[in-house]
Amino acid sequence: MNAFPLPEETLGALTLTLKLAGLTTLLLLVIATPLAWWLARTASRWRAAIGALVTLPLVLPPTVIGFYLLVLLGPSGPIGQVMQRLGLGLLPFTFAGLLVGSLIYSLPFAVQPLQSAFRSIGQRPMEVAATLRARPIDAFFSVALPLALPGYIGAAVLTFAHTIGEFGIVLMIGGNIPGRTRVLSTEIYGHVEAMDYVQAHWLAGGMVVFAFLVLLAMTRLQRDAHQVMQ
Amino acid sequence: MTESSIGVRLRLTRGTRRLKRETGRPDTDHGAEQRADQGVAAASEFSLDVNLAVPANGITVLFGASGAGKTTLLRCVAGLERADDALITVGGAIWDDSACGIHLPTWQRSIGYVFQEASLFPHLSVTGNLRYGLKRAGPAQGEASLRTAIELLGIGHLLHRMPAQLSGGERQRVAIARSLALRPRLLLLDEPLAAIDLARREEILHWIEALRDQLSIPMLYVTHAAAEVARLADTLVVLERGRARACGPVGDVLASVEVPISLGEDVGALIEGIVAERDELWHLIAVDCAQGRLWLQDSQLGLGDRVRLRVLARDVSITLQHATDTSIQNHLHCVVESINPDKHPAQALISLRCGDATLLARLTQRAIAALGLHPGQAVWAQVKSVALVK
Repeated sequence: MNAFPLPEETLGALTLTLKLAGLTTLLLLVIATPLAWWLARTASRWRAAIGALVTLPLVLPPTVIGFYLLVLLGPSGPIGQVMQRLGLGLLPFTFAGLLVGSLIYSLPFAVQPLQSAFRSIGQRPMEVAATLRARPIDAFFSVALPLALPGYIGAAVLTFAHTIGEFGIVLMIGGNIPGRTRVLSTEIYGHVEAMDYVQAHWLAGGMVVFAFLVLLAMTRLQRDAHQVMQ
Repeated sequence: MTESSIGVRLRLTRGTRRLKRETGRPDTDHGAEQRADQGVAAASEFSLDVNLAVPANGITVLFGASGAGKTTLLRCVAGLERADDALITVGGAIWDDSACGIHLPTWQRSIGYVFQEASLFPHLSVTGNLRYGLKRAGPAQGEASLRTAIELLGIGHLLHRMPAQLSGGERQRVAIARSLALRPRLLLLDEPLAAIDLARREEILHWIEALRDQLSIPMLYVTHAAAEVARLADTLVVLERGRARACGPVGDVLASVEVPISLGEDVGALIEGIVAERDELWHLIAVDCAQGRLWLQDSQLGLGDRVRLRVLARDVSITLQHATDTSIQNHLHCVVESINPDKHPAQALISLRCGDATLLARLTQRAIAALGLHPGQAVWAQVKSVALVK
């Protein structure tokens, strides 16, 4: 059985997957923070609409998101045309394009844990910080952020795991180019297409174990983070 | 608005919608009062309309039932809430002036704010909490004022603990010390005893009295508990449905008959005096106050101690001559100032001028007619019971 150690190609897919998931997670935590903060506290009438928009990727088939991204970012799409005029090149079938797709696809997985964390903190700690001379931005970093730590752990783990498992968008916008946009999920797909079930088993089984361990670790981490505060 | 006073003029109206939104969030908790405000607002809208000037020293108690607007007023002074129209000045500094478009954000106001429930940051140790404000805006003598605060509130042994390891009373003491370390120009306390079990309240009251006596930081103290008013207030503001019914030195407000303010059980005078004499034989002490000399049970006070006494109107009766054939020991010579209708038509509330101070007596209308009482008449007040405020 020559299935293990991993062949070069699978190793490439694995590295690419981890890089994609890592980058997506990092960027999303930054992007989702102000969004979740706003959603958790605003009384604006746009809240419901924006909230629904953010949640949309959760319910839409990934192929639908992928399709629209392809249209928007493609050579004749509005964004694609702007990018070309700026000399930035096109996003589809590149790693950057894959990243953009992942960011949108995993957005709700980052926003929702943060939003509920911010909401459960409530207004009071921020008010206390203000009475102790902290500017709002200072109060956010010194009080809200540490108090929302369990939410951040949840958001990071879910986003990471979810990005690793994405498939539809990857296929639509990234294609399946080895070394550039071929990730684990598409690699498995390729193996199954080629009837190479042994390879598919190794990867698929590995992902099941990985997902399980990730969720287990998250529960532990969140419990510890809670304990620090109690 | 002079250098030595705190001026608060506020107008604020809240529709039901806004309140719902505010209290709709799970943890906004402005305390029970805000939720009660919402209850009021459900029927009509809540409005606050006050114009107060209180001295910038001692303790000013904002007293009123739930929903009277006490917490809202305090939050406006702190800048946590913005009134529709506000003019707030503290010792000559303007914090809010709608007319000039001035609204200092909370973090720029020199306040200390003690919230109802424990508000320590759970992720910081006691020391971390105490230093939070100092790191941001420590006064020049920050370390010294922190040491003073730690000492004053007796929390030196708690410094390395986390808030979760403290009792309710300890947490509140740390919260008070945390706000004091900044040497604020004004200390705002929002029912600081509300979240503390009855047995522990005495302890916090004691610390607050120590602050009043040893620091010169004026305090605005919100409460609906009569005992705290009697014990702490120098100035009393009585709020009712968003309006100030009375505002002035606590003794005057409580003795005023136009607005009989009852602290729970009954109306009556609050008297300040000094322990002047001890009668070892009968286990009594004499307290000299503006009204004269009153004898009461000896309760281990020292000569020269300042004490507060409550004389309820229902415990004061009147004789035309100095009676000697009575079991009542305390007789004060005074002048009838006014006779006022009471809640029940059978009774009247009589204001008596007694030395430089006032005493209230509740008599039946029939007794008044029988004695022929009228303003300006010299009479003797018999005080049946005197309670030491503790």
